[in-house]
Amino acid sequence: MPSFEAYEGQKSAWCPGCGNFQILSSLKKALVELGIEPWEVLLVSGIGQSGKLPHYMKCHIFNGLHGRTLPVATAAKLANHALHVIAVAGDGDCYGEGGNHFLHAIRRNPDITLLVHNNQIYGLTKGQASPTSALGTHSKTQPFGALSEPLNPLALAISQDCSFVARGFSGDPEYLKELMKAAITHKGFSLLDILQPCVSFNKINTFKWYLDRVYRLEEAYSPSDRLKAFEKSLEWGEKIPNGIFYKNNRKSLGELIPVIQEQILVRQQFSIENVKQELEMFY
Amino acid sequence: MEEIFLDYTLLIGGEAGQGLQTIGSALAKVFSRKGFHVFTCQDYMSRVRGGHNFYKVRFSDQEVTASKDSVDILVALDMNTIETHRKNLGSEGIIIYDSGSIKKKFESSEFIDVPFRKIALETGKSRVMENTVATGAVLGMLEIGLDALEEILKTAFKKKGEEVVEKNIACAHAGYNYAREFCPGCKKAGALELQTRKLMLINGVQAIGLGALMSGCKFYSAYPMTPSTGIMNFLASKAEKYGVLVEQAEDEVAAINMAIGASFAGVRAMTGTSGGGFALMVEGLSLAGMTETPLVIAEVQRPGPATGLPTRTEQADLLFILYAGHGEFPRVIFEPGSPKQAFYLTNRAFELAEKYQVPVFIQSDQYLGDSEWTFESFDHEKLLYHDYRLREKGPEEQEYRRHAFSETGVSPLAVPGEIGKSLVVTDSDEHDEAGHIIEDAWIRVEMVKKRLLKKMPLIRKEIEAPLLYGASSPKVVLLGHGSTYGIMKEAVNLLSKDQKIAMLHFSQVYPLPERERFDYIELLENADLAICIENNATGQFAKLFRAETGFELTHRVSRYDGRPFTVENLMEELHAFF
Repeated sequence: MPSFEAYEGQKSAWCPGCGNFQILSSLKKALVELGIEPWEVLLVSGIGQSGKLPHYMKCHIFNGLHGRTLPVATAAKLANHALHVIAVAGDGDCYGEGGNHFLHAIRRNPDITLLVHNNQIYGLTKGQASPTSALGTHSKTQPFGALSEPLNPLALAISQDCSFVARGFSGDPEYLKELMKAAITHKGFSLLDILQPCVSFNKINTFKWYLDRVYRLEEAYSPSDRLKAFEKSLEWGEKIPNGIFYKNNRKSLGELIPVIQEQILVRQQFSIENVKQELEMFY
Repeated sequence: MEEIFLDYTLLIGGEAGQGLQTIGSALAKVFSRKGFHVFTCQDYMSRVRGGHNFYKVRFSDQEVTASKDSVDILVALDMNTIETHRKNLGSEGIIIYDSGSIKKKFESSEFIDVPFRKIALETGKSRVMENTVATGAVLGMLEIGLDALEEILKTAFKKKGEEVVEKNIACAHAGYNYAREFCPGCKKAGALELQTRKLMLINGVQAIGLGALMSGCKFYSAYPMTPSTGIMNFLASKAEKYGVLVEQAEDEVAAINMAIGASFAGVRAMTGTSGGGFALMVEGLSLAGMTETPLVIAEVQRPGPATGLPTRTEQADLLFILYAGHGEFPRVIFEPGSPKQAFYLTNRAFELAEKYQVPVFIQSDQYLGDSEWTFESFDHEKLLYHDYRLREKGPEEQEYRRHAFSETGVSPLAVPGEIGKSLVVTDSDEHDEAGHIIEDAWIRVEMVKKRLLKKMPLIRKEIEAPLLYGASSPKVVLLGHGSTYGIMKEAVNLLSKDQKIAMLHFSQVYPLPERERFDYIELLENADLAICIENNATGQFAKLFRAETGFELTHRVSRYDGRPFTVENLMEELHAFF
């Protein structure tokens, strides 16, 4: 069985009080409780404060480019579906720079988990509005306040029949851990949007702001009804629901590709002898 | 017996969607199966229907490696073809057309009116078979037996059933017989049929796809873009049989990141595109460089800037590929001159990418990509396949470090999850030997040495010498790279009677080969005249050549109208120098 300590990584460079710390420890606990060993996990991240998370863990890591976590994670999973592939991104990373990949990952439905650190602000570049910032958010680059409507990632995902759609909050780490476990074990593309405060740059959506609004979805809520889930995903303001909004049983991409049903792609042997007859096709 | 040289050029012209490609490729296949050397070249517009497209098939009993402007047989499927190409008809040229379908009759002696449509309707009960009638008629004019065409039709229409096959064969015979009867003064090639051997017929993009397949490529991700899509088509057609995963990405950014993800995970991976698509891949290229992830990239050029001439040809992305990507990292650029070179160089690209963990380019262009050439054979025994990846658990006490420093700069490349408890970590940020983010100055310096400065000289030693063809101590040197190989070779053949001339062709253009094994600079210095031939406006290869060797190529022949050089056109350009 894996231990929490086995997942201990590098020393963190995050600001004291950052919501990332709870996300990190919830993820470690979720993996430990699922009995997944560090060498069975590949974390793929992009750029931003979220992108550093894998380094503070112990597992296989591909820390790539800003916005490009999903193409890397999708392909790595197809090449070796024995690995648990978890993509870690931020709101700017995944919903801005990588927005197109997000849409198409929902369509493709690879069996990977996407954790989005959503603090509604750009942290690493010091405080500009992000795709999820509220209207009117002022910053050095938004002198008139943010003029674009904030993106609703859950509603977007549900509208496209995303296989698993959930929201967590770094201030409720116990529940976050459970949501992570559900996302990781779900077969298909799992989106877990995680609300977190940015103590340095987001002076509106503070820890208290979230705490006052966030609530867990009722026990009776059923995540199988897509229209109800969509309706629920529109709830934002005085009350912000957390939990599994929606899930379905769509077949994952890997299950639909014939060539990897019998053997994992990285374990398939190659020899020139076996393909040489292809030369005959050109006569 | 008097030696007869046969060298015919056929041009099949019509609108997009009329099936001229079906006729052209069937004829090319017939000729290659009959043992003739073939060179085909396609000229098509960026549209699915209408416009004016043509397909040129040159065939000979001698090797042919370029196309000619002069046409011996013009197969006109529309009026536009006659109007556009009649001026290129050779002295004994023939135009074959159907007055019924183009609604005009020509009385001049070079015209042969074959009622393609009427014969198709009478014999095949369908207008669709016009193309088969036309193909049969051309073979009738040439007196080349229909046995090879029958086999081709059987394969092509197998899925559509026995009746369709039979009708097509009947249409081919009807066209053949009509031409034999009404075309007494036609060309004869049948007497030269070299039945003893078949030749293989393959175009540039197929050769790249085949090279990738036979190099163990297991993952190909791309976004469709002319003229590179043929590589994806080929690999997708082999996906199920050989276990190749082909993914059509949402954009080129995703395509290259997917290929990198798959390669990191442990399989040989490749992406392919044209210039505009590669512009989107540039960030990913730099990522491959930083993370030392093996990657093969096919960049099949078309003329830019921006969308440019989407279906035409140019060699104007060389310096873009050379300098693409932020920061400094190693790369290798191959520029095949023929489908055969494309096949072997794609294999070499995988070998070097895996051995040195670097991005390697196969750069080509629409001209070579779409041109079919004939060859006796490709030799699978000349292919390289070494698995450089760690796929098994190493000694427990040794901690695995993905970017460990080494004498060669190359560190062990492990497959995540397949090597016991060892962890594979890499980063687009500067990183330490274990792969974690760092900002220390000394590690940065050591990493630059490892990634770039140590590897590049070793890679350079692997680069093969340029090809010298013609005189061994030439006074005139035609120098070029990539797809101008075939046309330069023909020019050397034609000029060698009067000139001490040779071609110096580079297919491995970056890094340029060392001079130790073959001092090509000395060869150039000893020549009176060196002419650099390029399909671009600014002489990009000449610039690269000067930057890398200090040798200035002062004489250039450039073509940048989006079309390839033809024999007549290059000869005219060269005569200005003599």
